[in-house]
Amino acid sequence: MSRVGWIRLAVLAIAIGLLELCCRLGLIDQRVVIPPSEMAVALVRLLISGEANEQIVRTFGIVLLAALISVVAGFALGAVIHALPRARQSLDPFFATYYAVPIFIFYPVMIVIFGLSAIPIVLMGVATAIVAMIIATLNGLDRVPQVLAKVARVHRMGTIATALRLKLPAAAPHLFTGVKLAVSYAFIGVIASEFILAPAGLGRVISDAYTDFNNRQMYALMLLLIIVATLVNMFLHVVDQRWAERRGIAKP
Amino acid sequence: MIASRRVADTVIILIILLLAWQALHQLVGATALPGPVPTLAYLAKFVPSERFAENAWATLVCFFYALLLSYGIGLAFGVWMGIHRLSGAVGEPILISLYTLPKVTLYPVVLLIFGLSLSGRVTFGAMHGVLPVALLTMSAIRNIPPVYLKSARTLHLSGWQTIVTMLFPATLPEIVAGLRIGFTLTLLGVLLAEMFAAKQGLGSLIINAMQLMQAEEMLTVAVVLFAFAALANALLLWIEHRLHHRV
Repeated sequence: MSRVGWIRLAVLAIAIGLLELCCRLGLIDQRVVIPPSEMAVALVRLLISGEANEQIVRTFGIVLLAALISVVAGFALGAVIHALPRARQSLDPFFATYYAVPIFIFYPVMIVIFGLSAIPIVLMGVATAIVAMIIATLNGLDRVPQVLAKVARVHRMGTIATALRLKLPAAAPHLFTGVKLAVSYAFIGVIASEFILAPAGLGRVISDAYTDFNNRQMYALMLLLIIVATLVNMFLHVVDQRWAERRGIAKP
Repeated sequence: MIASRRVADTVIILIILLLAWQALHQLVGATALPGPVPTLAYLAKFVPSERFAENAWATLVCFFYALLLSYGIGLAFGVWMGIHRLSGAVGEPILISLYTLPKVTLYPVVLLIFGLSLSGRVTFGAMHGVLPVALLTMSAIRNIPPVYLKSARTLHLSGWQTIVTMLFPATLPEIVAGLRIGFTLTLLGVLLAEMFAAKQGLGSLIINAMQLMQAEEMLTVAVVLFAFAALANALLLWIEHRLHHRV
């Protein structure tokens, strides 16, 4: 690991150590924050006991489903919009504003329409993630070299064959950036919805644990969510970087 | 010419959104989703009322403090990490992974520390806004072309002159972009905090309306917030474009 990497690790270790120390010395009330070591122990116990497994599977399943729908539908929509320049021009202000509007204000509307089930949560996950994928698809297709379109014509390839065999691979690095954003946005959308109101799921269990002053369970599940989200994001970030380097569009 | 076309495009989108709303309303029925006309009629009645004013004011005050904190802390961290290369290199990945984290997860901790109070909601709002402001400020400072620094030295500018005539104007457009995203996310944070646990504010108004099955009130508040966020974003985007094209 590089020197910077070691320093980063040290900074994180010191931060966690300080938190542990403050909790142990009583500078931070244990009713507010429990020491990080106890969070870890509580998490391991919870995972071994298997009490929360159902909720864990449910939440991560919904995140996965929302991300998948967003990626597939977002790519399809992006490709269609890219083929219609006039429509795209009109949609530009919409895309520029989309993430400025806190779309969670529409979550209660979804609940009223679809009832308190998994459907509004999946929809919120898709709503937060899909536009990032559409924008990434548009960016990617913009950067497909003109010469590839000519190659397709020379080889008399059909529209679908051109799209799948030329445009898709050429735009792939940008598309992967979209996938990365879609996954982390789907995470945020699903978890936030579960927190506000949900029949089940990790967000619901954490907010219940908070209401019951069950700090051990609350911090254990929080730690789990943070670890999983960080690992997934880090993995996607590394793959994204590798891909960008290979295609010679290295990002700073 | 271009401006009028952009206005036309925005109008087209608004009309499409209204039509989609109407279609959905026809599909699911009036109790679940009132149509645009009854909602706008309710809006005209509800917005001047005292109850709306109280809650909107509560949200605005909370948002204002949260924004102040986001901008203050975000700019300070961004400038520090931009100027001091090592801190930037060490801190950037940490900030990025915090940025992608679903921060709602941490709201119960904020509540345990601050209780159900204004400071809790302000802190939670600021937690969302600080990161983009810091990250974009940092990249703005890092991306200053080295030739600018050289010319400042050639002209024998003092430190203060360098900041005022070179550093500040060169970084401004990107910093404004950070402030715009910070604005958006701070608003999101404040509203999420109000939706999760609060007795006041527009977020709690929406949740209450949902529990009482007052779909019209729920949609009205959502429409008002939508308009506020979209207009503020358009204004900030306009400033950003002006800054980019001023040379």
